[in-house]
Amino acid sequence: MTGPGYDPVVQGERIALVDLLDRVLAGGVVIVGDVTLSIADVDLVRVSVRALVSSVSALMDSMDEPRQEYG
Amino acid sequence: MTADGGWVWLYGVTGDGAGAVAADVPGVDGRAPRAIAAAGLTAIVGDVADREYGEVALRRNLEDLDWLARTARAHHAVLAAVAERGPVVPMRLATLFTDDAGAAGTLRERAADFRRALAVVDARSEWGVKAYAAKPAEPVLDAASQAAGPGAAYLRRRRAQLNASKDARQEALASARTVYAELGRVAVSARLYPPQAPDLAGQPAPMVLNAAFLVADKQAGEFASAVTGLATEHRFVQLTMTGPWPAYSFVGEGDGPGPR
Repeated sequence: MTGPGYDPVVQGERIALVDLLDRVLAGGVVIVGDVTLSIADVDLVRVSVRALVSSVSALMDSMDEPRQEYG
Repeated sequence: MTADGGWVWLYGVTGDGAGAVAADVPGVDGRAPRAIAAAGLTAIVGDVADREYGEVALRRNLEDLDWLARTARAHHAVLAAVAERGPVVPMRLATLFTDDAGAAGTLRERAADFRRALAVVDARSEWGVKAYAAKPAEPVLDAASQAAGPGAAYLRRRRAQLNASKDARQEALASARTVYAELGRVAVSARLYPPQAPDLAGQPAPMVLNAAFLVADKQAGEFASAVTGLATEHRFVQLTMTGPWPAYSFVGEGDGPGPR
């Protein structure tokens, strides 16, 4: 799956934790059922990781336009 | 709980799991991943101890940034290794089952969903593209401003700085929209994440775009060229690209279609 366009700047560098947490906490398939705890309810983690996982309302507020306009 | 007093951690789901288990990668809790087959699908799982991953301990540990970082990296390492060998549907972090039968049951119950998701990620990878607002250029003062008194000159200079900064931010946001739309044309689908805070992103400049794109592997080169081209074209933003990632951002139910 490594394509010819693999960015040389990024390759070999340690993956940034923020990028990883964006994905593993807000992406992936969420399963409920025979599970003790799934972070389907991200609020569990938000307590201390809020700043990290972003949702970064402070930054958004400082922007002149809402993010929805990208879509 | 499993017979040895632990839980079963689900990394992801593949189709035919032969050779794709990534048993050589130390997984979460330092235990090698293994496979559970059911309904023509394979669950890539690992055994984790109750003292650290039981419900009570897990809730506490998820609040511990070091623990979370270590666990997220271990989860990702297994998925990245599996993704190199074939399509995989990643699970959200901390998807746990009481035992193998529970994981197998979920494979059976949601077989159609997993097959659909496997088809979406097959021969495709996720790429991340972030844009930061570039620092605005220092405004040039004309002779009239220089000739005015120090108070007036200061006010003029300050106004020019504020205008330049406002313009640069508007330009950066406009560039971010264009970049997102243009890259979406080379991608199968696209998804936006909220911008990361400057101190966490490790960049003083504000982030104006935090996007993920699902790109066909055979178009990865074209996508990278598009990123490079846009970076040259849009001087009000600085672009960074990450990947390839397992398709974390394109397997959830809530993921909408691309920007096309």
